[in-house]
Amino acid sequence: MEGLFSVTWVVPIPPFLAFLAIILFLNSNKRGSALVAIGAALLSCLLGWGIAFASFFREHFGEHPIDEAIYTIPTGSSEFVIGYAVDPANALMLFMVPFLVLMIFIYSSGYMTFPGHLQGAQYPAAYAQGKDPRYSRFMAYICLFATGMLGLVVANNLLQFFMFWEVMGLCSYLLIGFWHEKAPARAAAVKAFITTRIGDALLMIGMILLYVRSDPSSLRFSELFTEHNLEQLAHSIVSLPLFGEVHWISLIAVLIFCGAIGKSAQFPLHVWLPDAMEGPTPVSAMIHAATMVSAGVFLLVRMFPIYAFAGEVSTGTLQFVAFIGAFTALFAATIAVAQWDIKRVLAYSTISQLGYMVAAIGMGAYVAALFHLLTHAFFKALLFLGSGSVIHGVEHGFHHAHEHAHGSDGNHSAAEAAAHQGEHIVRRADGALDTEDPQDMRNMGGLLTRMPRTGWTFIIGGLALSGFPLVTAGFWSKDEILAVAWDGGQQWVFWTLALAAFLTAFYTMRQIGLTFLGQARTPGASHAPESVASMTVPLLLISIFAIVGGWVGIPSSFPLLGGLVPNWIEHFLEPYMEFMHLHPHHPAFHFMPLAVSLVVALGGLGVGYRIYGQGLKEGQTDPVARLLGPIWWMWHRKYWIDELYHGTIVLFTLWLSRFLALFDREWVIDWIVNGVGRLAILFSELISAFDRFVVDGLVDGVGWVSDQAGHIARLLQDGRVQTYLLFGMLILAVWLFLNVLPMILTLV
Amino acid sequence: MESPDSVVLTVLLFWPLVAALLVILFGSSDRLIKNGSIWASLLPLGLSIYLLFAYDIEGGGMQFEQVAEWIPQLNAGYHIGVDGLSIPLIFLTALLSTLSLYYSAGVINQRVKEYFFLMHLLEFSMLGVFLALDYVLFYVFWEISLVPMYFLIGIWGGANRGYAAIKFFIYTLVGSVAMLLAILGVYFATGTFDIVEAAAAQPFAGNLTLASLAFWGFFLGFAFKVPSFPFHTWLPDAHTEAPTAGSVILAGVLLKLGAYGMLRIMLPSFPEASVYWASWLVALGAIAIVYGAFVCVAQTDLKRLIAYSSVSHMGYVMLGIGAAATIMTPDALASAVDRFGLSAEAIQDSAAMALNGAALQMFNHGIITGALFFLVGIIYERAHTRDLSLFGGLATKTPHFYGLMLTAAFASLGLPGLAGFWAELFTFRGAFALMPYWAAFGTIGIVITAVYILYRIIQNVFLGEYDEHKLPHWTTVEGHQADGPTDMVGFEKVTMWPLIAAMFLLGIYPTPLINYFNRSAQELLAFVRNLV
Repeated sequence: MEGLFSVTWVVPIPPFLAFLAIILFLNSNKRGSALVAIGAALLSCLLGWGIAFASFFREHFGEHPIDEAIYTIPTGSSEFVIGYAVDPANALMLFMVPFLVLMIFIYSSGYMTFPGHLQGAQYPAAYAQGKDPRYSRFMAYICLFATGMLGLVVANNLLQFFMFWEVMGLCSYLLIGFWHEKAPARAAAVKAFITTRIGDALLMIGMILLYVRSDPSSLRFSELFTEHNLEQLAHSIVSLPLFGEVHWISLIAVLIFCGAIGKSAQFPLHVWLPDAMEGPTPVSAMIHAATMVSAGVFLLVRMFPIYAFAGEVSTGTLQFVAFIGAFTALFAATIAVAQWDIKRVLAYSTISQLGYMVAAIGMGAYVAALFHLLTHAFFKALLFLGSGSVIHGVEHGFHHAHEHAHGSDGNHSAAEAAAHQGEHIVRRADGALDTEDPQDMRNMGGLLTRMPRTGWTFIIGGLALSGFPLVTAGFWSKDEILAVAWDGGQQWVFWTLALAAFLTAFYTMRQIGLTFLGQARTPGASHAPESVASMTVPLLLISIFAIVGGWVGIPSSFPLLGGLVPNWIEHFLEPYMEFMHLHPHHPAFHFMPLAVSLVVALGGLGVGYRIYGQGLKEGQTDPVARLLGPIWWMWHRKYWIDELYHGTIVLFTLWLSRFLALFDREWVIDWIVNGVGRLAILFSELISAFDRFVVDGLVDGVGWVSDQAGHIARLLQDGRVQTYLLFGMLILAVWLFLNVLPMILTLV
Repeated sequence: MESPDSVVLTVLLFWPLVAALLVILFGSSDRLIKNGSIWASLLPLGLSIYLLFAYDIEGGGMQFEQVAEWIPQLNAGYHIGVDGLSIPLIFLTALLSTLSLYYSAGVINQRVKEYFFLMHLLEFSMLGVFLALDYVLFYVFWEISLVPMYFLIGIWGGANRGYAAIKFFIYTLVGSVAMLLAILGVYFATGTFDIVEAAAAQPFAGNLTLASLAFWGFFLGFAFKVPSFPFHTWLPDAHTEAPTAGSVILAGVLLKLGAYGMLRIMLPSFPEASVYWASWLVALGAIAIVYGAFVCVAQTDLKRLIAYSSVSHMGYVMLGIGAAATIMTPDALASAVDRFGLSAEAIQDSAAMALNGAALQMFNHGIITGALFFLVGIIYERAHTRDLSLFGGLATKTPHFYGLMLTAAFASLGLPGLAGFWAELFTFRGAFALMPYWAAFGTIGIVITAVYILYRIIQNVFLGEYDEHKLPHWTTVEGHQADGPTDMVGFEKVTMWPLIAAMFLLGIYPTPLINYFNRSAQELLAFVRNLV
């Protein structure tokens, strides 16, 4: 078992090798790429599970976590250690992440079929195999993505964590823009990278300040979270402009939190995540469930001692975190109520659920945050993959219907494809509808009978998300967060989250109703086939965890059930918390949060079923939109935040860059440079003129004078005696005039 | 009595000159010149690799030194040697020179003899600057390096080459004059032209005014070369007009001469003036990072964009050097200890990290921007334009080119796992410890860099649907008519892959490289600590 821990660093390696193998050697072999990728994920999964289970069954693991060095980097007289760690927190992640990665890989191998909007003739090989022309590239990218997430999980220091975090950022950029021929996909990719980069820059500042201020100067978790270091960080003060005197630990905590805001798409940096739905659906599942967005919360979990100690010296930091989390939970839930795109609803739901986790961190609920992170990863991956299966089915349904209508071979001509854009747009009171859009829930309905496996697993996921009582995983983890909020005396957090939970149940039921219940509203929905086994089997496997995943965390004080099953996750994590000098706190059982939790979950589902239980009729607008009018529209348009950002930050950045470019090249700097150059030329021309007119003028002048003198003198030398005499007389006269006249004048 | 090691550097230094002369004397055919040049350039490369392994990092200090009389009337000696700072840079010079010669052999077909002569001469002068430990020698090589680059731009350059070449030449010459005055000042103060001895003698110690004058004399000389904001505008013009290999060498090595000079001469020779003016260096560096990045966003010419990105990236070097300069005297160190409430050791380690970051950035920027300029050249040979608005959709048309450009661009962006990240990280680590506000200002550049890399380069050139009407005339790299963009061919791949591999290797495991720099940073800090 020791041996198993010592190879933890290997966990991220197989996907990386698969990435290299695919881009370098297998890029034309689609089947081979998929096999290599899945094989690598399987290896990582086996290894990850081995390590996870070894740690689960190890006595006193929390008090003796593993932390080993791989290599060091010299930093002056000290060294920076790169290595790997295993402790209860990341052992849980090692259970969840590689499993979901494996499932998503298998699913992807079935999902990435030849896209309907492309022409088969242009990509004959891909068309013949029925696979996306860039199938191999996709496999390579998701392998790199898996490397990023697994590397982040096993990192033993914050810097390494950050590095893999950024690698995931790169992959999300590449994958969101995977179908970059579509303009929205391109834009979404750039938006995702740059928005998270803003958070990352702040995170980097926080990380570096932590590195600077820690004693000893380090980023290794085991060295950061010593009592001495946390105490000295909590008690040293920094004076900032605008903010005045703050504790170092608060400043660092807030900056690091900004990184989580970006990555976990919390308000105000949430805007990238819904747009990221432009990527292929398995990517959405990866980004939104198993990996990237969870990484933001996992960062907070990793850095939790910083937050705990920051909370001891000033309450503001934790309140800020709790506020952002709770606000985002509600804010995103309202938007989700008014979306039509099946994946966008899930995207906003993800933002909202991440808000729960962030709020839990803000209330000091370490176990609850991590617990919800894990259960959410399972059921949200299930929902995303399910929605991908739905989209696939509806797309095929449309395709099938067209084939029947036109009797063609299903191969659109380019002109036909272009004509499809915009031809089917219907303006409606509840937003424009493209009647051929396989992602718009208004084009669905009644899919449960067409796609039973997808449908039932989706419903399981949906119930887990709503927190359907007792059975589902989501109930237990969400209930724990609500219990903490109530117990911790943070009433406003509790009620905000409770309201968000109601909306969650409501929009989930709306989604289930619109998609699976009632009657099919388009030919796409009525012809949709069930997806292939490589897609549905992962759904079935994940749905198991969406249910049983919650049973490991039933509070021992829960009525009737409490104590039947031990609260395993708490027992597993608490020794580790004590190891990090934290004091685990068990919320006492209160009837109120449980009652509220039951009421909102069942109430939301009930109200949703009442309104959407029979789906919509064809052409019927959303009843809630009619009821709420402009409020619904504001939710539908996402509070116009995208427009606001575009009008301010984006335009300002572009304006500033153009201004500075002109400043550089036209107005100031080069103007001065060229001006100096011109002045130099002007000066040299002046000098040259001086040279020509003054210096040369003098020289020439002397010549001219002597020349003229010569001319005059020559006049004298004409050889005639009369002239000589005349000159003699003249000279005499002048002499007399000059000498004699003054004499005469003196006499007078 | 002399071991072969004592002449290694002389052979390394003069071999390119020999090669240049051989090209002139025996270059009877283009083919002979090209092949001979490539083979000849392998010797300095091999020797520089030998130096990497043979240099004793534990022992440190100047090694492989050679001292001889040169111009006794002037008191100028032939003194060359290498330490942890210069060895990686010498390797970089030799590597980029070989790759440039190899690549040029594929694309240069006019006035081949002159071109290869000048390229060898350029390598000779650059190696000379990195090796010289005597001011006169240093200055001579410094000046020689201008000449081949002037002709490379002026003859093989683009449409506006005349203006660019003159601007480059005059700009750097102005800096050189300032430096020459400072060198003379140092000589009259210390009585020696030996760089190491002069630093040990501490010219103008105790006289801040004179020391500052000398400091600024050197600074101008080096800042023009780096180029530091606001002396940078020769760079975009020179880069845009220069032939591909010229841009590679210019960005890859010539810019580093300036930063190298700051580390080799300014900090050790004028510690008091360094402390006094450190905030200026830091400010100029941070401004360059942000300013350069913003200007990049507005560019429409791919090569000019990458040129401005060099301004931004060399700002990190200045930031790191400036941050370390703040504690160059024991007094400054003591006051930093008070101000920040950290131990003297922690402060010194921060300075070492700032210096490591700056040196790493010099090396990595050479690799990364060198690669980027090669890639721009590769596309220019086919499209004959660099206008960003005319490209699009190349990701599917030229996947190999896309993959390499993506790697290089993300390395330039500072993506962890690729070489550029460590330099940024350590620079900021040092700067945040010593000059936190300017460092914080500099981090704006991190975000804006992502904007221009993704929004300007990747999106405009590679993404979207390829549209044949946008740019109808394409050729192959040999200049034949082509239907559309063609992917990279063999010699281009061979040029690129060593650089790409280096980005990955140094990104994942930077320790071997940092070992050299850390050693010399430690020595610099020990040197100023022991001055009283």
